[in-house]
Amino acid sequence: MSDKLQFVVAFNEVPYGRHDKLKFAGQCEPMTVLSISDIHKRFGPTLALDGVNLQLRKGEVRALIGENGAGKSTLMNVVAGSLRPDHGKMELEGDPYEPSSPLDARLHGIALIHQELSLCPHLSVAENIMMGIESSRLGWLDRQSLHARTLEVLKTFHHADIRPETRVADLSLPSRQIVETCRAIAARARIILMDEPTSSLQRDDVERLFALIRKLKNEGISVIYISHFLEEVREIADSFTVLRDGKSVATGEIASVTDEQLIAHMVGRPVENLFPHRSAKSFEGQDTILEVRDLAAPPLLKRASFELRRGEILGIAGLMGSGRTPLVRAIFGLDKAESGTITLKGKALSARGGTPAMRLFQRLGYVSEDRKGEGLALRLSVADNITLTRFASCSRWGWLDLSRQRKQTERQINSLSVKARSVRQPVSTLSGGNQQKVALARLLHQDADVLLLDEPTRGIDIGSKAQVYETIAQCAAENRAILMVSSYLPELFGMCDRLAVMSRGRLSAAKPIDDWTPESVMQAAIGGDESDQRNAAE
Amino acid sequence: MVAEAKQIPDFSFSTFLQKWLNRVGPILGLALVILIFYTLTPGHYLSTFNLRVVLGQTVIVAIGAIGMTMIIVSGGIDLSVGSVIALTGVITAVSLNAGLSPAIAVTAGILAGGSVGLVNGLVITGLTFHVLYFVLVAWIEILLFRAGFRLIPMAACLGFLLLLRFLLSFIIRRFSGRTLPRFGVVPFIATLGMLGVARGTAKWLAGEQTVNVPETWVNELIVLFPRPAWLLLAPGVWVAIILAVIAAIVLRNTVFGRRVFALGSNEVAARACGIATDRLKIWIYGLAGLLFGLAGVMQMSRLRQGDPTVAAGTELDVIAAVVIGGGSLSGGEGTIFGSMIGALIMAFLRNGCQQIGWHNYVQEIIIGAIIVIAVAVDRWRTARVAA
Repeated sequence: MSDKLQFVVAFNEVPYGRHDKLKFAGQCEPMTVLSISDIHKRFGPTLALDGVNLQLRKGEVRALIGENGAGKSTLMNVVAGSLRPDHGKMELEGDPYEPSSPLDARLHGIALIHQELSLCPHLSVAENIMMGIESSRLGWLDRQSLHARTLEVLKTFHHADIRPETRVADLSLPSRQIVETCRAIAARARIILMDEPTSSLQRDDVERLFALIRKLKNEGISVIYISHFLEEVREIADSFTVLRDGKSVATGEIASVTDEQLIAHMVGRPVENLFPHRSAKSFEGQDTILEVRDLAAPPLLKRASFELRRGEILGIAGLMGSGRTPLVRAIFGLDKAESGTITLKGKALSARGGTPAMRLFQRLGYVSEDRKGEGLALRLSVADNITLTRFASCSRWGWLDLSRQRKQTERQINSLSVKARSVRQPVSTLSGGNQQKVALARLLHQDADVLLLDEPTRGIDIGSKAQVYETIAQCAAENRAILMVSSYLPELFGMCDRLAVMSRGRLSAAKPIDDWTPESVMQAAIGGDESDQRNAAE
Repeated sequence: MVAEAKQIPDFSFSTFLQKWLNRVGPILGLALVILIFYTLTPGHYLSTFNLRVVLGQTVIVAIGAIGMTMIIVSGGIDLSVGSVIALTGVITAVSLNAGLSPAIAVTAGILAGGSVGLVNGLVITGLTFHVLYFVLVAWIEILLFRAGFRLIPMAACLGFLLLLRFLLSFIIRRFSGRTLPRFGVVPFIATLGMLGVARGTAKWLAGEQTVNVPETWVNELIVLFPRPAWLLLAPGVWVAIILAVIAAIVLRNTVFGRRVFALGSNEVAARACGIATDRLKIWIYGLAGLLFGLAGVMQMSRLRQGDPTVAAGTELDVIAAVVIGGGSLSGGEGTIFGSMIGALIMAFLRNGCQQIGWHNYVQEIIIGAIIVIAVAVDRWRTARVAA
C-alpha cells in the first residue's frame, strides 16, 4: 500500500474535530481558511474562470451563486483538485495550496460533494462512506468497526434508518444523496464544498442537511454551498459570492442584500445588439402546429403543456436540471414519456411510444444541447452530417450520389456561411461555432416544420451566435415553428415571441415576451413552487 | 417517506428470495447440466473416475478464472490468458530442461506470468517508462538464458530490475518535473497486443517446437490418480480449490478486495475518494498474471511438455466461466464462487458431450449458446429486481 494512503488513514484516525482544536487553539478571531485569488481557467476557446477571488473564514457558510455556466462547478473542481487552474493562487490557512489530485485535496481536508452522485452502486453503504479510509488491520477489512463508524456518521445525520450493509443500488435517490454527504463528513474535512446538494432531496431531508451544516459550522468547519435556490441560500448561508461569466462580481453578508439585488448581480449583463430585427407579428390567426398537453416523463419532467404556432419562436427558460431538456427529448421520442398527449398539425401522435425515426418522418427536427456527445457524428464529414437525416434526397436505391450530396451540402454551407475547407472535412476539425451551424444546417436540409433547439448557442463565439440567430429568425419567417430552450436569458428576450419557464419539472404558462422581465424569469425559475415540492414530499 | 419506504423491503421475503437466487443461480445451472447429461449418458457420468476426469479438466480454466474474476470485477478484461499459459508453460519446461530444480522452474513460470500481467497493468495505466524497462529486463534475461546462463541470470536480473527501478524513478523525478505524459491503452487493446507478444515470445523461447521435459513431480500435478492415494484428488485440483477460497476471502474481506469492486463499480468515485486507481490496476493485473502463470504450469504438467502453440482461445473459456458465474463485463459484479461454478459447467458440458460421442463442433455450439443464455438470464433477473 502506498505511503500516501496510509497517511490518509492516519489522518482520519484523529478523533472527530480534534485536529481543528489542536490547530486553532489560541486563535480568537475568525481566520481565513481558504483564500482564492485571481483564478483563471480556460477550456479551449471558452474562458470558464476569468479572475475569481474568494476568502473563506473558519466556520463560515458561503453561498456561491450564479447562472448556469457562470463557472461555479469549475471553481469547485479547481479547489477540490480535479482541475488545475491556468494561473492564480490559492492559500490554505496561509500556506500555498496547489492540489495535485483529488487525493491531495482530501489530504488537505477538502471534501467535494458532487452535483452528480458519485457512489459505487455495487458496494454497501458502509463501504461507500468509508471508501479510501476503510478501517483495516494489515489490509484486512474490519467490518465491525467499519459499520460502527458508518452508523456513527449516519446518526449525526439522524438517518440511522439507512443500514450500513445495504447495497447502494437498492437505495432511493435521496438516500444516496445522504450517503454521499456522509462520505464527506466521514473524511473529517475542514472545508466541505457542496455542489447543489439539495437538487434531489425532499424538504425534510433538506432541513436535516441544514441542521447538519449548522453543526459542522459550530465545529469550525467551513462550507461552500452552491445553490440556485435563493430561499435556501438565505436560510443557511452567512455570506455570498456571485459568479458571473467566470468572474466573482459581488461578495457580502447575505443579510445585507435583497433577492432583487442578488438576481441583478447574477443576470446583470448588457444585452448585446446581436439579435436580428423581427417584425412584431400577431399569431392569433395562425394555426397551431404543435400542441403538448400534460406531458410527463419522470423523474425530471413532471408536467408541461404548451402550444406552438406557425412562424412562432417559443422560448423555454429554466435552470439546469429543471426538466427543460427532458421535455424536448420526450417530444422528440428520445426519452419515454409516461403520460400526456402530443398533437401535430391536428393529428394526435403517440406520446408514449414515439421514436426519433417517427418524429423525423413527422418533420420534427432536433438540435441536442450536447453537440459533441450526441448532436454530431464528429468523425464524419460535414456533408455526411448535414445529409444524415435525409439521405433520401441524395441517394437512389440505397446508393449515395456523392456529387449530389456535395451540391446540397454546399448550398447549406453557403446559406449559413459555415467556414469549412471542404465538404469532406471531418466535423471534429471545425470550430465550435461552425459545428453548431452544421447541426442547424442538418435541420434545414431535413426541411423540418418544427425545430426543437436545445441550447442552440451554447459555447460558441459571438459571430457564430449572430449567424445562428439570423438563421432561426429566417426559419420563423418561413413559417416554421421553433421551440428554443436556453439558459442564456438575453437570447431568449432577443429572439422569442413567447416565453415559458420550467421550474422543478413543471412548465409555467407561456406568456408574450413583453410580459416578462429577466428578474421575473429568474424569480419563476428559482422560486418554483415550494408548496408543490412540499406536497410531493407528503 | 419515499426514502424510508424504499428501504423497508430489506427484510422482506422477496428480497431474501432474490439474494438466495442470486447465490444459487449458477449452482442450479450446474445441477441442470449434470442432470441432463446423467440421463443422456449410459451410466458412468457421475462415477468417481469421471468426476476426477472432469475436475482435472477444469483446473486450468478454473485457476485462470480466479484471476480473470478480479480483472472483470475491476471493470477490465484480459485477452492474453491463452498466450500467457503457453509462454509460462514453455518457460517452466525450458527451465526444467536446463536442469533447474522443479520448484525453481515452477516459480519461474509463475513469476513470468506475473511479469506479463504487470506489463499489461502498466500499459493500461500508461506508465510507458516502466513498461520500457520491464521489456528491457525481460529481453536481457531471455538473451542470457539462451546464451547458456542458468541460475545466475535469474538472481542477477532480479537485482538488476530493482536497481533499474530506483535509477529510473530517480532520473524521472530529477529531470522531468512531477508528472510524465501518460498514454494509457484500454485493457481490451493492451491485452490483445499482449496476446500476440506473449505467443511470439513463447515460440521464440521454445525454438518453435515443443519442449520435452524430464520426469519430475511437476508432471504429476493433474494426474488422475495422485501418488499418495489419500489425496483423492490431483494436487492441482487441491491447489485450485485452496486458491479459490483464498481469493474469495481476499475479495470479500480485505481493503484491496473491496477497492477492486469500487474501481469496477465507479472508477471516478473511487479516484475522488483517494484510491490510487492506477496502482490498484497494476496490482490486479499483476496478481491475475501470477495465477495465469500457474495455469500455464498446470497446462505443461498436463501435456508433459512445453508447447508454445497450446491453449489458443483459452482466454475465451476463462472469460466465459466468469460471465456464466454472474460476472458483469461492465465491472462491479462477480464472485469467485460463481466463476468456479461457471468453469465446472463448461467442463461437465464438454465431458458429457464426449461421453455421448457428440462431435467437437456440437460442444462448441452448445457452449456458445450457454454463454449467451446465462448472461440473458442474468440480465433478466437484475432487470426484474430494478423494476
